[in-house]
Amino acid sequence: MTTLPTSTDRKLGLVIDLDTCVGCHACVISCKGWNTENYGAPLSDQDPYGANPTGTFLNRVHSYEIQPEAAPAQLIHFPKSCLHCEDAPCVTVCPTGASYKRVEDGIVLVNESDCIGCGLCAWACPYGAREMDAEEKVMKKCTLCVDRIYNENLPEEDREPACVRTCPAGARHFGDFADPDSNVSQLTAQRGGMDLMPEMGTKPVNKYLPPRPKDQSLKEEVDILAPFLEPITEAPKGFLGWLDKALDAMPGGPKGGSN
Amino acid sequence: MHPAPSVILFSTMSGAGFGLLAFLGLGLPVVTGGLAFGYFALAYLLAVGGLIASTFHLGHPERAMKAFKQWRSSWLSREGICAVAALVVMAIYGAGLVFFGTRIGLLGTIGAILSFGTVFTTSMIYTQIKTVPRWNNTTTPAMFLSICIAGGALLAGEVKFAVPLLILAAAAQIGHWLFGDRALAESGTTLATATGLGARGEVRAFEPPHTGTNYLLNEFVYVIGRKHALKLRIIALILMIAVPLALVLLGQSFIFIALAAISHLVGVFTARWLFFAQAEHVVGLYYGKR
Amino acid sequence: MPKDQPNLDTSPPVSDEVRKTTCYMCACRCGINVHMKDGKVAYIEGNKDHPVNRGVLCAKGSAGIMQVNAPSRLKAPLKRVGERGSGEFEEISWEEALTLATEWLEPIRKEAPEKLAFFTGRDQSQSFTSLWAQGFGTPNYAAHGGFCSVNMAAAGIYTMGGAFWEFGQPDWDHTKMFVLFGVAEDHDSNPIKMGIGKIKDRGARMVGVNPIRSGYNAVADDWFGITPGTDGLLIMALIHELFKAGKLDLDYLARFTNASCLVNEDTKSDQFGLLMRDDDGEPLVIDRNTGHLAPWNGQGVEPDLSGTHRAAGVTHRPVFHLMADRFLDPKYAPEEAADKTGISASRIKRLAADMARVAFDEEIVLDRSWTDFRGKKHDKMVGRPVSMHAMRGISAHSNGFQTCRALHTLQIILGAVETPGGMRFKPPYPKPATAHPKPHGKVTPGAALNGPHLGYPHGPDDLMLHEDGSAIRIDKAYTWENPLSAHGMMHMVISNAHAGDPYKIDTLFMYMANMSWNSSMNTTGVMEMLTDKDENGDYVIPHIIYSDAYSSEMVAYADLILPDTTYLERHDCISLLDRPISEADGVADAIRWPVVEPDRDVRGFQSVLCELGARLGLTGFVNEDGSQKYEDYADYITNHIRRPGIGPLAGWRMGEDGLQDGRGDPNEGQLDSYIQNGGFWVSHVPEEASYYKPFNMAYQNWAVEMGFYDSVQPYIFTPYVEPLRRMQLAAEGHGRVQPPDHLRQQVKDTMDPLPIWYAPLSDEMIDCDEYNVHALTQRPMAMYHSWGTQNAWLRQIHGRNPLYVPTKIWEANGFEDGDWAKVTSPSGTITVPVAHMAALNENTVWTWNAIGKRKGAWALDKDAPETKEGFLLNHLIHELLPAKGDGMRWSNSDPITGQAAWFDLRVKIEKTDAPAADQSKPEFSPQESPVGKGPKSQAWKVGK
Ligand SMILES: Nc1nc2c(c(=O)[nH]1)N[C@H]1C(S)=C(S)[C@@H](COP(=O)(O)OP(=O)(O)OC[C@H]3O[C@@H](n4cnc5c(=O)[nH]c(N)nc54)[C@H](O)[C@@H]3O)O[C@H]1N2
Ligand SMILES: Nc1nc2c(c(=O)[nH]1)N[C@H]1C(S)=C(S)[C@@H](COP(=O)(O)OP(=O)(O)OC[C@H]3O[C@@H](n4cnc5c(=O)[nH]c(N)nc54)[C@H](O)[C@@H]3O)O[C@H]1N2
Ligand code: SF4
Ligand code: SF4
Ligand code: SF4
Ligand code: SF4
Ligand code: SF4
Ligand SMILES: [Mo]
Repeated sequence: MTTLPTSTDRKLGLVIDLDTCVGCHACVISCKGWNTENYGAPLSDQDPYGANPTGTFLNRVHSYEIQPEAAPAQLIHFPKSCLHCEDAPCVTVCPTGASYKRVEDGIVLVNESDCIGCGLCAWACPYGAREMDAEEKVMKKCTLCVDRIYNENLPEEDREPACVRTCPAGARHFGDFADPDSNVSQLTAQRGGMDLMPEMGTKPVNKYLPPRPKDQSLKEEVDILAPFLEPITEAPKGFLGWLDKALDAMPGGPKGGSN
Repeated sequence: MHPAPSVILFSTMSGAGFGLLAFLGLGLPVVTGGLAFGYFALAYLLAVGGLIASTFHLGHPERAMKAFKQWRSSWLSREGICAVAALVVMAIYGAGLVFFGTRIGLLGTIGAILSFGTVFTTSMIYTQIKTVPRWNNTTTPAMFLSICIAGGALLAGEVKFAVPLLILAAAAQIGHWLFGDRALAESGTTLATATGLGARGEVRAFEPPHTGTNYLLNEFVYVIGRKHALKLRIIALILMIAVPLALVLLGQSFIFIALAAISHLVGVFTARWLFFAQAEHVVGLYYGKR
Repeated sequence: MPKDQPNLDTSPPVSDEVRKTTCYMCACRCGINVHMKDGKVAYIEGNKDHPVNRGVLCAKGSAGIMQVNAPSRLKAPLKRVGERGSGEFEEISWEEALTLATEWLEPIRKEAPEKLAFFTGRDQSQSFTSLWAQGFGTPNYAAHGGFCSVNMAAAGIYTMGGAFWEFGQPDWDHTKMFVLFGVAEDHDSNPIKMGIGKIKDRGARMVGVNPIRSGYNAVADDWFGITPGTDGLLIMALIHELFKAGKLDLDYLARFTNASCLVNEDTKSDQFGLLMRDDDGEPLVIDRNTGHLAPWNGQGVEPDLSGTHRAAGVTHRPVFHLMADRFLDPKYAPEEAADKTGISASRIKRLAADMARVAFDEEIVLDRSWTDFRGKKHDKMVGRPVSMHAMRGISAHSNGFQTCRALHTLQIILGAVETPGGMRFKPPYPKPATAHPKPHGKVTPGAALNGPHLGYPHGPDDLMLHEDGSAIRIDKAYTWENPLSAHGMMHMVISNAHAGDPYKIDTLFMYMANMSWNSSMNTTGVMEMLTDKDENGDYVIPHIIYSDAYSSEMVAYADLILPDTTYLERHDCISLLDRPISEADGVADAIRWPVVEPDRDVRGFQSVLCELGARLGLTGFVNEDGSQKYEDYADYITNHIRRPGIGPLAGWRMGEDGLQDGRGDPNEGQLDSYIQNGGFWVSHVPEEASYYKPFNMAYQNWAVEMGFYDSVQPYIFTPYVEPLRRMQLAAEGHGRVQPPDHLRQQVKDTMDPLPIWYAPLSDEMIDCDEYNVHALTQRPMAMYHSWGTQNAWLRQIHGRNPLYVPTKIWEANGFEDGDWAKVTSPSGTITVPVAHMAALNENTVWTWNAIGKRKGAWALDKDAPETKEGFLLNHLIHELLPAKGDGMRWSNSDPITGQAAWFDLRVKIEKTDAPAADQSKPEFSPQESPVGKGPKSQAWKVGK
């Protein structure tokens, strides 16, 4: 249904840790693989071996550079898929009801057999989370792997999104934001999980954990580390003197003289 | 935004068509018989033609009927319903004029309101799109409606309305442009808010996720032709407003009005091309593009 | 459920069957679950039980389905019909192909086996392919290690019996500070990412030392954007600071390293600089209990770091004194290193202080007792939780060997190797250089070689030289130019064979190496060498046989193609005899097995070698009656016996009382057991054996039980490397085997038994002011060398590669987006697109490795972006250094190991107009595709 549920029983979504994501694109391809073979139409590719290869992807990894004022530039890898917004504009604009937000868990989905391929939902999404499949001409988007997370044909431990399961760095977390004790709620609280484009009023469910402060070693603080490099002596001779003392102080038998 | 010809054609034609229908509904002018048929035929050609054109950009036009369902939230759905209602009401009203020579005023008024309503709902499809700040403000419906009315007046041959309405339309269009030029900047949406990384320093898009292009870039990041925007705006204004004004002020014969209308439509088409081509979707920020 | 919400089946069937095997989209060897539908591969995910990847999978791994179905797959054996390089072939039968190969190879083996050069790429069956080459009798065999990362491997083996990746890994579960030098991706792709994830989870710190801040370095808490080629200097400065402050693990150094061993300091002796030994040849230390000399490994001995020994009027000091002399030298002070490394002295000091703090203030103590090889009981395991990892960024330089040595020495002085929180070895490592074979090269026509080709020399006598001093091997490995070239020098094979130096060969037989493209230096030159003809119009390299699975650039240069299967269509064996998949806590090996049958006339290369070996009658490949010994590779894997009880696979061997781990007789059901277990076998290291492995008797005993070695052989780390000193001694005039005069100085200068730093060799031969920019490549995480490009999904991620330019150079040249640059090195010029990158050393440019492709290869359109804007940096890198005053051209390699010095490259860069049609330069004529082209679109779904 096109109007949004006033509230959902659960709020399933992802936490993406920008401090940990190394930009490996594993989540991109596992998503492509799973969703090609599963929910709805396969994610097609056009001119796959040609001059201008393109294709449908539900998750893509951007990268950004940040130039702080007085520190070296930083690079941030930035995966992006549907954020399963609470106030999902993509749902309300949909004329057919093909786009909907599930009442039980808040997952935003496209019912492909109802989709007329008007593209309006993609227009409405600020995040570029929807892509029209050029072959099937229906709107594709992240399903939060709705066909995995409840799938009784999968072992229990595998009932999580393909991208989360595959992420080698563990930068992606899946869970219920409605439950304050869930891993995702906890992470969001501890690490200051943030919304993308909050001004859009979409109330994204997915949260991004900001990178931790970097290059702290450049900061000229009172050098608490200085004692660790207190020279024992400057000259090699003095070094050997120190050595004798140091060795004497160590456990392991009295120091014998040389012969 | 990618300026899809089908959508531009739709918005140009149906705007004028429903504008004309609105005038006809209001009895401006009151026509009957063959003349009425001519007027209505033109109006339907434009309105329905536009609607048909708009289905060309649908992935699944055969499922178009499903689009009426979601009037409670979707402007596109509302537009469809409004358009069909307008076309049906005006068809009955028109039949009265053409075949029975009677004008059912109330029906005409309702039809006119529905016709305006259709154009308004069309404009709201764009206006509601927050992701395109250029569209997401009242200048969009103002511009759509004023151009629709002016075009309707022109096509209806109601020169005394057309002249002031064209001037009004020009103002609305210019207002839309000027407002729109600042809209993205004023929306407060930047790469900094898009990534949430702004507080740490200047954010710059480094590598795109894929070296090739994709649907989003094709659909939302259209930069070709923007550099000719100012020229195109002037051309659009001249064709849409100045030429028609000059023509109807020169003479009000059919040929003048017809030429004025054609010039107007070509001008609107140009303006609408710009409406899309200049519109910047915030998703472009993620790609370091606008 | 609300009435409008569709009824969704959230529990659809996933697949008909899951087949578990081992990924080979790269050399990391993760376990995969291949989901099958209708007998076809439907979806690939990681295997959660697998020791390498624990269920995670990288982009390449997940894209395997596009590889198994790639249009570029070779379809049948090919015989060249056009000119070399053209790509014109005819398909022939396997019988014809094998007959042809036999006709070429049989006469060589009878008369001069060295006329076959058999080189393999990044395959994982080297213990098998080398056996074949040994059986053939040619000394000319190696894999790709020489151009890859032999510096890292050899420095690790010589210094401490193992290096990173395949030999060792950080103690991810305990480390508190992780320092990463010169790594973009590495072989341990998934484990490193998992490890970084663990570190981040615990809030531990990660430091990246790399000119480029992408990937792993992007998530590092601190980034040191070092000037390429200067890590050795940075590390020496860190060691300098730690010595100065006495922040050293003296107990560890004394007990577990040869810092306590006495050095002969009698300058007149031919033993000068070597360790003093007892009559059994064991190095001597001074026992603190008695103050007397004692063998290093004597029971109860407490080696002293301080005491000296006087004999024959000369005072002999322990290695530790020499280390102090070396590292306290003011030339290694941070202030001296700052300019060259581009890192301020204060940051270097801070890094040293950080290491000291974490190592000594935050030590970890595990409540586990253990007993060392001197019989001493330790009631706990003390850890210095500073861990390091490094790869080609420090190794692919001409000073790489000594830089890697310096790095290991830094780890050792902190006491952070094989202790909790530091670096841990993966069984069957650690294994000191002395436990490895030495190189062999004795050729007997018609017979096998006298032993394995590759190994670790311990002195001049072990070099592969003829009596007249000429090289035994075509690649000149183990000569005075690079005495410790433990992995061979594949990058020199084609140019030496072409030059007939040291001799001409007849057949170049290669496997899985794209040598006419991305794995060669001087790519243009190599293509010319491969197609060059002599005065008779015959090719200078008469025959080229090549096995590839795909239509790569190299295919076009071969006369005979033996098409391989893809990784899901064959048996493979990832063996303890080779490069197993072990983790620090467990020894493990794995197999691949045909989860799908090939739909083309292709055969697994190893199986082909079994048959070809039999046709040629090679030792080890025929039974006594001359019949074929191994029906195919699966047969070999199951039945080959290397040493009594030891075969290619260590799991499910047949013992007296049934199946057992490690040692045992062949078991016909072995492969089935592997398949049932998910394609791998793992046996866990007992807890008391899990650290201090080289010194820990519990580990030693377990290792013998498992069959890694046949008797316990504890050893100590060797920051002082005697084999290096032996080479130096020869250069000083001692001994029978002498370096040629023009190399004496180089040997003396570089083969220092203690770490040193010298500038990359090419720096002194070129004008560094003119060529003032360093040029590097990095591996993209989502692309494997040249293979990735044929993959419809991966090539959308990396279809082009700009040259990334730092802000300073970007602005100086007035570059803008979309601009092009002419990039010139002393050996060539390329014209390529540029892009701006701020998070980059200010004097360094770089690009992704191996994205650029030759037109016509890989079943791509001729105007594919990889062949247009895409480019290789390789055109700028020469296998030889520019001529010196002496007119000789030295190999562009590390003078110790022969490691190709890819990253010594210096260039100059200038803005230029975009070339016509945005075609990067140099441009090459298209090759014919022997496999046709891929489809115009694809919508993949097997189950429906
Ligand atoms: N995805 C993927 N994985 C691969 C491969 C692949 O092609 N794709 N290839 C495999 C192979 S064969 C290999 S050998 C390994 C290699 O794995 P890596 O060692 O990670 O190899 P490179 O990508 O060459 O990365 C070298 C890194 O060193 C840095 N560097 C260069 N010069 C210096 C220097 O002087 N100092 C420092 N500190 N850093 C420097 C570069 O910036 C780069 O980040 O990867 C293996 N894994
Ligand atoms: N500029 C620059 N150049 C470099 C490097 C660099 O850092 N910078 N790195 C160097 C290093 S470390 C390396 S290891 C080399 C790697 O260079 P190569 O070893 O040439 O690497 P690949 O591109 O992996 O090529 C191997 C060949 O194996 C084929 N192949 C793939 N799968 C199979 C299979 O299952 N069976 C068979 N028979 N063939 C198969 C592929 O089609 C390909 O033709 O590149 C080197 N070149
Ligand atoms: S991210 Fe976009 S597609 Fe997803 S719910 Fe929000 S608006 Fe809709
Ligand atoms: S493209 Fe499909 S899902 Fe999107 S708004 Fe149109 S009908 Fe709805
Ligand atoms: S949750 Fe599933 S559909 Fe969404 S990005 Fe991850 S893998 Fe793709
Ligand atoms: S798989 Fe994980 S680390 Fe890799 S790009 Fe995706 S989120 Fe980042
Ligand atoms: S790292 Fe990736 S490509 Fe390499 S073996 Fe593992 S999953 Fe396969
Ligand atoms: Mo390599």
